[in-house]
Amino acid sequence: MIAGIPLEYFLIVSTIMFFVGIYGFITRKNLITILMSIELILNSVNINFVAFNKYLYPDNLHGHFFTLFIIAVAASEAAVAIAIIINIYRHYSSIDVENVEKMKY
Amino acid sequence: MKFEDFLLMRHELLLTITAMLILMAEIFIDNKNKNAIIRGLSIALFSIVTIIGFLPAPTGALFGGMYVTSGMHVLMKNVLNIGFLIVCIQSVKWLKSDNNNDRNFEYLMLLTSTLIGMNFMISSGDFLMFYLGLELATIPIAALAAFERFSQKSAEAGVKLILSSALSSGILLYGISMIYGTTGSIYFIDIAKTFGTAPLQILAFIFFAAGMAFKISVVPFHLWTADVYEGAPVNITSYLSVISKGAAVFIFMIVLFTVFRQIVNMWQDVIYILSVLTMTIGNLFAIRQQNLKRFLAFSSIAQAGFLLLGVISGTQLGMTAVIYFALIYIFSNLAAFGVIAAISNTTGKENIKDYDGLYATNPKLSLIMTLALFSLAGIPPVAGFFGKFFLFTAAAQQGFYMLVLIAVINAVISLYYYLLVVKAMFINKSDSPIAYFKSDFSTRLSLIVCVLGLFVIGFASIIFEYIRSMSFGLLF
Repeated sequence: MIAGIPLEYFLIVSTIMFFVGIYGFITRKNLITILMSIELILNSVNINFVAFNKYLYPDNLHGHFFTLFIIAVAASEAAVAIAIIINIYRHYSSIDVENVEKMKY
Repeated sequence: MKFEDFLLMRHELLLTITAMLILMAEIFIDNKNKNAIIRGLSIALFSIVTIIGFLPAPTGALFGGMYVTSGMHVLMKNVLNIGFLIVCIQSVKWLKSDNNNDRNFEYLMLLTSTLIGMNFMISSGDFLMFYLGLELATIPIAALAAFERFSQKSAEAGVKLILSSALSSGILLYGISMIYGTTGSIYFIDIAKTFGTAPLQILAFIFFAAGMAFKISVVPFHLWTADVYEGAPVNITSYLSVISKGAAVFIFMIVLFTVFRQIVNMWQDVIYILSVLTMTIGNLFAIRQQNLKRFLAFSSIAQAGFLLLGVISGTQLGMTAVIYFALIYIFSNLAAFGVIAAISNTTGKENIKDYDGLYATNPKLSLIMTLALFSLAGIPPVAGFFGKFFLFTAAAQQGFYMLVLIAVINAVISLYYYLLVVKAMFINKSDSPIAYFKSDFSTRLSLIVCVLGLFVIGFASIIFEYIRSMSFGLLF
């Protein structure tokens, strides 16, 4: 237990991070920044899991395990996403979402 | 844990071995016909895997309940296996083309690993396995959508798919973290015991449902679907629209029936609204599409709305109807996509206008396309009618009469736009119709299998009874 810091503080931080991530995903124009927003969302989930595990269920380790897996999967997801973004750059000479608009409604 | 226990994971293990063998073949075969050998080998292996899947399977749980399997799980995996095999046979023609001939094993490896992911996802007994399966099913699909190196549209489809699916995974995980925080477990069985209607739990359910709705492309979350379906190679589009969607609906149904069974009234309301929106908006957008892939993308959104009708009932009949409809949907959609792929690979034409007068030049292809579209619309002689009939019955049995009425109206709207394509092929005259061409063996084989499936599944009631004997309802 971390002295003097209640669980709510962690949850508030993670909630703010989650919605900052969603906001960034919607408003940002650069594909790499959009990817960074997704990492923010995933990390807010990690904070949630670790805080819940540490404060509420210190007897088991499910939350910690889940966090480790999320980190690993997020890394592989970022790797594939960056590979595809490089491919986008080859075709469009830009990674701005406003230029990547060959298909639209 | 004994060695025999691993046989519970028969489907996944066989597919893993297949993927490894394809990789070995790429490394060790040194022959100028290497790619033809790899294609033949993998299709032979997939056929064997599909057949072995139907042998009686042991049931039980593994890894402390992380992995569960029962007759119903095996049945769902077999349905996906059949569709996967047809997609593989259909893609042979496309794999032979010059751009892809040196990369056959990449395509087959990635496609196999997505199926392994879906199998693990369906068999998951806790949220960790569920998440890992989901990601294993999603990440390779994004790479496959961007598979055509020299196509701008393909790259764009890939980036749209990976970013929106990563966002949906994030939202899904946020919901799972709240479920963990309120119940203290990630196992489906333990969560089901204590999951109630605390505010945080309701929020958790909403985040979870939003994340899954992204994967199934249910309407407020469907915006990525049309773009990805249009840009990706045709075979990947057909894979996304039947197999990925089917697997996501299956696991969503299992989770709703097991984990969230305490709040059944709440999730029925949510699914009700999603279902109405999905059917209506999917159909209305499909009417104005010109590109056939985009057209089928919106039609597949509308079909997902019909599938939710079986999910909402929460009964054994509902689950039976969902699996049965998914099986029929695999055959009818793959028949339609098979024709589109055959024409697109030969002539590069994908618009509805290009199909004017197709019956005069390619009568067999246009007949198959008509049968497939009739099945999608639900016209009696073909199987699609029976699938829709059982879905509507399942919903009506639980008193959702209004929902069934809306679904029937939507079925009529969908008939209109499916018939637009039929009219283009049979009635419209064209100065320069698509010239007659002879399709290759693999395309013909896959189309014949699809057409046989369309008739056999509808009339052989033994299939429906078999699915019914494996399914379960909310109260068990």
